[in-house]
Amino acid sequence: MSNFLETHPSAGNDPAPASPPAIEARQLVKTYPGGVRALRGLDFTVEPGTVFGLLGPNGAGKSTTVKILTTLSRPDSGSASVAGIDVVERPDLVRRAIGCVAQRSGVDLEATGRENLTLQARVYGLRGRELGRRVNGLLDRFNLGEAADRITKTYSGGMRRKLDVALGLVHRPQVLFLDEPTTGLDPEARADMWSEITRLAHEEGITVLLTTHYLEEADRLARRLAIVDNGLVVAAGTPEELKSELRGDAIHVELGEPGPDGPVRAALDRLEGVHEVMLEGRTLRARVDRGATAVPLVLGALESRGLAVAAVTIARPSLDDVYLRYAGRAFHEADQAQSSNGGRR
Amino acid sequence: MTTAIAQSWHMTTRHLRFLSRQPWLISISLVQPVIWLLLFGQLFKRVVEIPGFAAGSYITFLTPGVVVMTAVFSGGWAGMGVISDIDRGVTDRFLVSPVRRGALTGGMLIYQGLVSIGQSTIIVALGLAAGARFPGGALGVVSLILVTMLVNLSFASLSIALSLLLRKEESVIAVVQFLALPLTFLGAGFMDARLMPGWIQAVAHYNPFNWAIEAGRRALGASPDWGFVLTRGGWLLALALVCWLLATMAFRSYQRSV
Repeated sequence: MSNFLETHPSAGNDPAPASPPAIEARQLVKTYPGGVRALRGLDFTVEPGTVFGLLGPNGAGKSTTVKILTTLSRPDSGSASVAGIDVVERPDLVRRAIGCVAQRSGVDLEATGRENLTLQARVYGLRGRELGRRVNGLLDRFNLGEAADRITKTYSGGMRRKLDVALGLVHRPQVLFLDEPTTGLDPEARADMWSEITRLAHEEGITVLLTTHYLEEADRLARRLAIVDNGLVVAAGTPEELKSELRGDAIHVELGEPGPDGPVRAALDRLEGVHEVMLEGRTLRARVDRGATAVPLVLGALESRGLAVAAVTIARPSLDDVYLRYAGRAFHEADQAQSSNGGRR
Repeated sequence: MTTAIAQSWHMTTRHLRFLSRQPWLISISLVQPVIWLLLFGQLFKRVVEIPGFAAGSYITFLTPGVVVMTAVFSGGWAGMGVISDIDRGVTDRFLVSPVRRGALTGGMLIYQGLVSIGQSTIIVALGLAAGARFPGGALGVVSLILVTMLVNLSFASLSIALSLLLRKEESVIAVVQFLALPLTFLGAGFMDARLMPGWIQAVAHYNPFNWAIEAGRRALGASPDWGFVLTRGGWLLALALVCWLLATMAFRSYQRSV
């Protein structure tokens, strides 16, 4: 046991060329009593020392995946390993290697922050002076020092979430699961959480599996991500790869004054690599193959028609666009549809 | 093994701390037994005059009954903590940690056992204050408290198992009441066994609640039949172990449904 506790993950600093994946999920299937098929053959792999995002609307199967990988639940079929250990065969070993912050907070609200952390540390076998040091270290690191001896009932949502993460880190896990860590947090607390997650992977080499239904969060934090819809991974890659698979960029031109619809569109439609031109008042939108080369052409065409341009912006496709393409529906619609069904898995 | 015991104790301290922060819970749990001892004891004072009633003082006769009854109902409430832990995500947090399932239930049961010992001691003291006399002395009282603790642990385990399966407070309370209330009256808690109808005597023979009362009462008597006390104690110990196993197994069933 003490050996394990002294093991520090080194994946971040010197990634071995053929290091085994930190998480591997193969064809995971899970049906809940009552016939709800949460997972229908889910596959993905996470490299050590990186932040991996599972992105999907509520009910897509993200939490079920986390429950299986953290040994809380068992798959009906398929296999998975975490830190190289099979989750079904050796759940006991997996539990020592992972930390988990569930979607619902796991804080004992009748105890103080320090008591929560101390019990968690004892559960993982820390004792004596080492335990005290670890608990104090985590309280400081998460700015909970002042509130440490207050009952957690009095904590704000952001403080409880920080304590949740601290509880997940008490035994220096190799892999940390964060299931929707920022849901329900105010913008400031969310920003805090984001910098903390980045720090974990970059400075401590912890592999982080993050589930989220915020596109922005996945885009910003995850080195690679998998888009999950209806129990399957529908697309995987780096955020940039996923976005570049969408053809081209969106350009957005603000005209000096409302232009005549017909001639403007006629001028632009003839240009190569410019599609889906739309004009609304002074705002002109189009999709182009390559923003950098299309902008001068578009500006030239507009100028030749005597139309003054006030502003131009080029936008790379967002994950929203990616989701739309792979799941066949807009992200926020899928999210709302699931939420109104009460589906939260 | 030592890990399991250490883990159980860590879990126990969590529950003890909760109680130490709301000490008024202790007085609430004593309201019922006080009413039973003082009001019921007064109301039925002259029951002992019925020919065939062995005891000379009803409060002496009644006290062990109230001790055991209180322990059964208090055990029945054990599952409430389980449900609030599930609802708050605390249970899931421990289930993905290296804590053994047996230590999770073990922690709750050690706490229950300690509470039961405390409660029984207070009720015995109240009984003495109200005029009960126990010729069996300290050894008798300790025996009563121990058999009472075993029946308390059995009920607490059942309540924990039910809570993990049903996960709704109302359902668990309904089932516990449905079990505990009839069991309380299908035994010699309030009436001498020889004066009970034949069918109740027959049922009482299989009623763990009654095993504890009969064993406790004999131990408190002037010349206890220790063979009888130990046999009933053994049955209760076996029952408590079976119920603990059930509670621990219920965690597996809970995990299948999450």
